[in-house]
Amino acid sequence: MNIHEYQAKEILTKFGVSTPRGGLAYSPENAKDRATELGGDMWVVKAQIHSGARGKAGGIIVCKSLQEVSDAANSLLGKTLVTNQTGPDGLTVQRIYIEEATDIKKEYYLGLVFDRSTESIMVVASSEGGMSIEEIAKEKPDSIIRSKVEAAVGMQSFQAREIAFALGFETKAISRCAQAILGCYKAFSSSDATMVEINPLVLTGDDHVLALDCKMSFDDNALYRIPQIAELRDKTQEDSKETYAHDRGLNYIALDGDIGNIINGAGLAMASMDMIQLAGGQPANFLDVGGGATPEKFVKAFKLISGDPKVKVILINIFAGINRCDWVAQGIVDALNQLNIDQPLIIRLAGTNVDEGIKILKDSKIKYIEAFTLEEAANKAVQALKDLGKK
Amino acid sequence: MAILITNDSKIIIQGFTGKIGTFHAEEMIEYGTNVVGGVTPGKGGQTHLGKPVFNTVKEAVKETGADSSILFVPPAFAADSAMEAADAGIKTLVAITDGIPAHDMIKVKRYMRRYKNEDRMTMVGPNCAGVISPGKCMLGIMPGHIYKEGNVGVIGRSGTLGYEAAQQMKNLDIGISTSVGIGGDPINGSSFKDHLAKFENDDETRVILMIGEIGGPQEAEAAEYARENISKPIIAYIAGLTAPKGKRMGHAGAIVSSKGESAADKVEILKNAGITIAKNPSVIGDTVQSVLNNL
Repeated sequence: MNIHEYQAKEILTKFGVSTPRGGLAYSPENAKDRATELGGDMWVVKAQIHSGARGKAGGIIVCKSLQEVSDAANSLLGKTLVTNQTGPDGLTVQRIYIEEATDIKKEYYLGLVFDRSTESIMVVASSEGGMSIEEIAKEKPDSIIRSKVEAAVGMQSFQAREIAFALGFETKAISRCAQAILGCYKAFSSSDATMVEINPLVLTGDDHVLALDCKMSFDDNALYRIPQIAELRDKTQEDSKETYAHDRGLNYIALDGDIGNIINGAGLAMASMDMIQLAGGQPANFLDVGGGATPEKFVKAFKLISGDPKVKVILINIFAGINRCDWVAQGIVDALNQLNIDQPLIIRLAGTNVDEGIKILKDSKIKYIEAFTLEEAANKAVQALKDLGKK
Repeated sequence: MAILITNDSKIIIQGFTGKIGTFHAEEMIEYGTNVVGGVTPGKGGQTHLGKPVFNTVKEAVKETGADSSILFVPPAFAADSAMEAADAGIKTLVAITDGIPAHDMIKVKRYMRRYKNEDRMTMVGPNCAGVISPGKCMLGIMPGHIYKEGNVGVIGRSGTLGYEAAQQMKNLDIGISTSVGIGGDPINGSSFKDHLAKFENDDETRVILMIGEIGGPQEAEAAEYARENISKPIIAYIAGLTAPKGKRMGHAGAIVSSKGESAADKVEILKNAGITIAKNPSVIGDTVQSVLNNL
């Protein structure tokens, strides 16, 4: 789960990381009030969407008067921003954050992530702030500092100091930088985060160290024990169909093709999508109905897939293990009897009690195209799509 | 011989008396697995499915001589139960539980390292279908009847895709020595590499099949390890050629976040290590067959 910049900054502040002063606004009047409260003569109006690279997309505006603050707020609120992290549809701005402008002497990159090869929390830092870590890795790979945290004892002060020195901070700012790094680590480890990214971390004109931006992500599997973070979820920043599916216990990802599919198991779902493409088609989605594929889940899955205007053909591939084919077949039949599905259906069942399952499908009145192997199912789905084109 | 589990393995079930634990315990016993008891804290002294229930894993190990365990404990308590098994001297632990927080798994991995190599538990999973040595022992939730006994060692992430492969092989009369499901989580108890080493030393295994997917470095690490250390032929299939970058495909670990993690990148790395690639999921069995024919 992701949260907004202003929420991440609130968390960081609790762990002793300094951030510029700021306030949240939902309207241009709001924004002007926040700027007045902050005082000064320069402010930054920042679009709050779940994405980095907002600056390039025009989501961050520097203002020199209250009128400019109001105008910036007016132009950003309700606007859809497309960045390299949002996908082509972009994300809509519903909240903006007004911050005092910062006198920047130098920018740095600081990130904390799970490193899957060492199975530990890894700090990644660079003196080349402002660029994305991908750009830094490509253009200034030597500037990247990595430091692994020993899980048994957590990050030690010396590690934070080492990173601060390696980044080239001046002596008088070293302890401030180390404090920021340690604070980020504490925020990460105590709130089941999967990522904390400060880009940029800045050294100010008066030698303070501030987190100018912050992105935080959290482990969905841990949300049950971090309720204060779970409640920050902003569904307007998520794909509405994916959220709908997620809330109903389905693993769903929308894709661009026209062959919808319903599959049990994530690996088999990916493999089936691959087969569809090899057969000359394009999958419209990834959908894993899970191991216990109950009739209720099939109803939800069929509703989700058949209601998608992109979907012209639906492929169902179920490899039944403990949940036997006869049971799965009954679930499919029950679901189809409740719904009106217009698209041609290709059904492939395999595994435990497959003969009984196929008999249930055949004895029912549902119209479907039968397939026995993964390859046959994919080929028949693509053929069904071609046949539609001929009509 | 098979790896991890065999006829002689003595199995306990953690989360024995719960609904899921009971259901799968019955399936495993019916398969012929030597289940010697189970653990449910607070229910020690009772009998369940004709087997003794213990309060702690230590007690279960002491009374029954158990060496292997399977975990059906809910996600919030699973890491604790895994560490309890490691401390009690369990040698092979299969964690079926899906949804264990990643921070917990880091702790479990660190905790396991406090034991010397020879005393250290091998953890399989979490979020997996388990381990089966066909005809000998089933420590998992898979449909046992689709696995034929034989000489192919299988290591895979996904449950149902593993079933698909087992069925394809059975249809071609190809059997399996042991099939290990390492699970779909970003941090797992053991990886492809760990089991490649075990299969290399197993007399019964002649070839090894790896079924990987997008996300994470483990397939690439296995390829590098295999180049230097594995003499037996390896066949691999990687799922997710059509998966977009940055989207989590069901499994918590199935997300392409950096270079070398896409299916195409992994296929390239495996090929370069001399591993035979099954081009698509419907020819996994055929590809294994052709490698076996060349032996």
